Amino acid sequence: MRQFYTIDTYQNAPEPYHLLPFRFLRLDPDRELLVTDTGEYEIAPAGTTADLVQGRIKQHSALHKTLKAKQFLYDNDSTALLGVLATKYRTKKSFLNGFAKLHIFVVTLRCDHSCHYCQVSRQTEDRTMYDMSHETAARALGLMMRSPSEDLTLEFQGGEPLLAFPMIQWTVGRAKELAAVHRKNLEIVICTNLAFADDEVLRYCRNEGIKLSTSLDGPAFLHNLNRPRPGNNSYELTVEGIRRARDVVGAENVAAVMTTTRRSLDYPVEIIDEYVKQDFHSVFLRPLSPYGFAIKSKHRTGYEMARFLDFYKKGLAYIFDLNRQGVNLSEVYAKIILTKMLTPYATGYVDLQSPAGAGTGVLVYNYDGDIYASDEARMLAEMNDHSFRLGNALTDSYEEILTSDAMQRLLSASCNESLPGCAQCALQPYCGADPVFHHATQGDLFGHRPTSGFCYKNMEIITHLFKLIADNDRETMRTVFSWIRGLNHADLVAEAPACV
Amino acid sequence: MRLTTAGTPLGFSRPVVGRIARSGGAADLRSESIRVLNEPVSPSDVVGYRALLTKLRQSELGPLADAAIPIIHSLREDDHLHDDYIVFVQPSSGFVRTVYRPDSTHNALFLTERCSSNCLMCSQPPKDKDDTDYLFGANLELVRMIAPGPDYLGITGGEPTLLGERLLTLLGSLRDSCPNTHVHMLTNGRVFAWPTFTRKFMAVGHPSLTLGIPLYSDDPIIHNYVVQARDAFDQTVMGLHELARWNQEIEIRVVLHRLTIPRLVQLAEYIYRNLPFVARVALMGLEPTGYTPRNKDKLWIDPVEYQDVLEQAVEFLSIRGMNVSIYNLQLCVTRPSLWKFARKSISDWKNIFLPECTKCGKVDQCGGLFQSAERMHSAHIHALPCDSAAATIQDHAVQNAR
Repeated sequence: MRQFYTIDTYQNAPEPYHLLPFRFLRLDPDRELLVTDTGEYEIAPAGTTADLVQGRIKQHSALHKTLKAKQFLYDNDSTALLGVLATKYRTKKSFLNGFAKLHIFVVTLRCDHSCHYCQVSRQTEDRTMYDMSHETAARALGLMMRSPSEDLTLEFQGGEPLLAFPMIQWTVGRAKELAAVHRKNLEIVICTNLAFADDEVLRYCRNEGIKLSTSLDGPAFLHNLNRPRPGNNSYELTVEGIRRARDVVGAENVAAVMTTTRRSLDYPVEIIDEYVKQDFHSVFLRPLSPYGFAIKSKHRTGYEMARFLDFYKKGLAYIFDLNRQGVNLSEVYAKIILTKMLTPYATGYVDLQSPAGAGTGVLVYNYDGDIYASDEARMLAEMNDHSFRLGNALTDSYEEILTSDAMQRLLSASCNESLPGCAQCALQPYCGADPVFHHATQGDLFGHRPTSGFCYKNMEIITHLFKLIADNDRETMRTVFSWIRGLNHADLVAEAPACV
Repeated sequence: MRLTTAGTPLGFSRPVVGRIARSGGAADLRSESIRVLNEPVSPSDVVGYRALLTKLRQSELGPLADAAIPIIHSLREDDHLHDDYIVFVQPSSGFVRTVYRPDSTHNALFLTERCSSNCLMCSQPPKDKDDTDYLFGANLELVRMIAPGPDYLGITGGEPTLLGERLLTLLGSLRDSCPNTHVHMLTNGRVFAWPTFTRKFMAVGHPSLTLGIPLYSDDPIIHNYVVQARDAFDQTVMGLHELARWNQEIEIRVVLHRLTIPRLVQLAEYIYRNLPFVARVALMGLEPTGYTPRNKDKLWIDPVEYQDVLEQAVEFLSIRGMNVSIYNLQLCVTRPSLWKFARKSISDWKNIFLPECTKCGKVDQCGGLFQSAERMHSAHIHALPCDSAAATIQDHAVQNAR
């Protein structure tokens, strides 16, 4: 019979512990937030960070054990398990695998709407000036197939892309032929206001497995104010279009996004109610992007970020209330950030990641063949700022485009790990870099964090979410994980401890 | 249920593996069989058997005593030796161990009594003598005999990986002889920290293998103390990551006792953050045999005292989509909210119910107790009324099966 040893045998004599990389901030006067490179966090009483860095955390105390398990520190009782840390870091950055997966084709700039916030649309009958040619589309598809990823998304935008429906049909057909040759899995999305989604179009989408994404800005009065068109009936056409589209292509293949304008800010509840009324299970409370006509018409649609944040927090609180009442509705931005905070996994949202998604996660092929690093980059181009034009599909090779000066400038400011103000920020693993935004708003790719709307918005929203989950309330966490996992609340509850 | 007996060996020096035959059969069907005899017969009647087992004394054997066949006589009992059971017969000790029962779903290959750890609550305390060669040979023959194999087969020890290359041979044999058998191997996972071993292990390419690997704390000190081995925590965690590289299916096993309960919720978080790839997390009640009674003062905590912590850990894992199960706990000492996670996990041969259980309305849904728990169990075991909770448990079982 073997001998047993006491626990002292397995703990070494106290020695100073060693720190692993982490960042911190004060969450409120009483609490600090400490975050590792892989996004593991500890919410601790004020003063903990100072204790930690000055070696005052008592060895073998509960806090010491927790900080060790979360890889804030290591000591001589075990190895630092750096291999495990590296794997966790790699997992968090796995969205980089395969490089740009989202390929946006702007098949036309023509549109029947004249939305105040739209950056690019043109009211014209001339089909030649603002439509993509077959040659351009063919070249763009060739470049898209060069992307190393096995999974590619082909997204049609405009203008109103359905005004160039024959071009969509031609492009889809060619894309599928090429995908078969290059062994790519293709997902196809059309972003449309649905005004021209007649039965022929919808049947085509169903047969080709194409998903539809539309714009719904809120109830009729707000939607029609935001999105004027002849007849002032955008809301009616959209809602009717959603109904018909669901009937034909299936509810799971029809999504809607909203844009927040100055007018929207007074109506968070009404907007969310509209999404519930239309039977959507997610709503994306997006701030207005600072591009294109949105900047020109600032007096009508521009607003202070503080007002948006107030709108956002009110909306989020209302969405949590609805969830408590059994309504299945997630807020997409919160879901993305909560996934970063609470899971070991990566998210694939190109507008909030580091390295930034522009160019590395998405490429935009404009109607004239010009290639941009993101949708925002081409909107800037419509304002005669071509800083992020990577090349042209008709004249440049894949290599020339991805090693262009514009791409390299962009990449130099794409990692928040090395941006001033971000490098030390506790929220860095949950946030991203947005050089295009900072160029547009501050005239500088790298940006000035203290006056950056991007920084202000994300700092506020991420700390707000930390405060929401800090006390680990059971119902809140169940709601949060139903969003993260894309489950109905009832299905999540069925997997959890029963209510008895 | 009895799985072992012994008698006096006669006339052999090498271990024998064979299938029990309680009555005579055609001579050409005897080559894998071990005959159980109730009365002396002529040596010509036992030609072809691998061995004879009998309760008869040596003096009662008559001419059989001189037959050229391995014999265990003066066997203490033989009622448990049913037709077609497979037994290992040991030459020096006269030990007869039942190793395979075709009518059971709880069969396991026992590979060694040796172990690189020495867990405080080990139900099968390790021995230091080298039994690996003998058991390797016997198990290889056993695998050949059970082909095409049962739906489920365990591999246990001791620490099976101590067999080294021989474990790979055995797994390869299972892969070829029993291709439709799901194999569940219990291992401390430490050796998988060495990538060369893991690569060779995975190269066997067993089509349906789960590894059950214990992790007792997010704190290396507690884990190492529980398993009584320095560096075990680091090795097991690194081993789990090596296995994950190869997409090996893994079950994490946590034994619930006074040393593991205080940081159980933190352990759940550690598993989710560091080992989210595992297929299942099993939270397991203590088996009060082997070392456990000896270390009772360090280990024992009545299950009713840790239900809060258990529920928090299950809540944490389940809402995150981790498949979590509770093993070895009786429903009457498990919080009803957790019943749907409770599994009938105790192997049939060591599974009992107490007299109190005969009055219980939920005994059909309950996993019962370990035989060894007769003398060490919760002070709160009690009969439950009958109600509709059964439906919940069955529903969950159906979900899990999917």
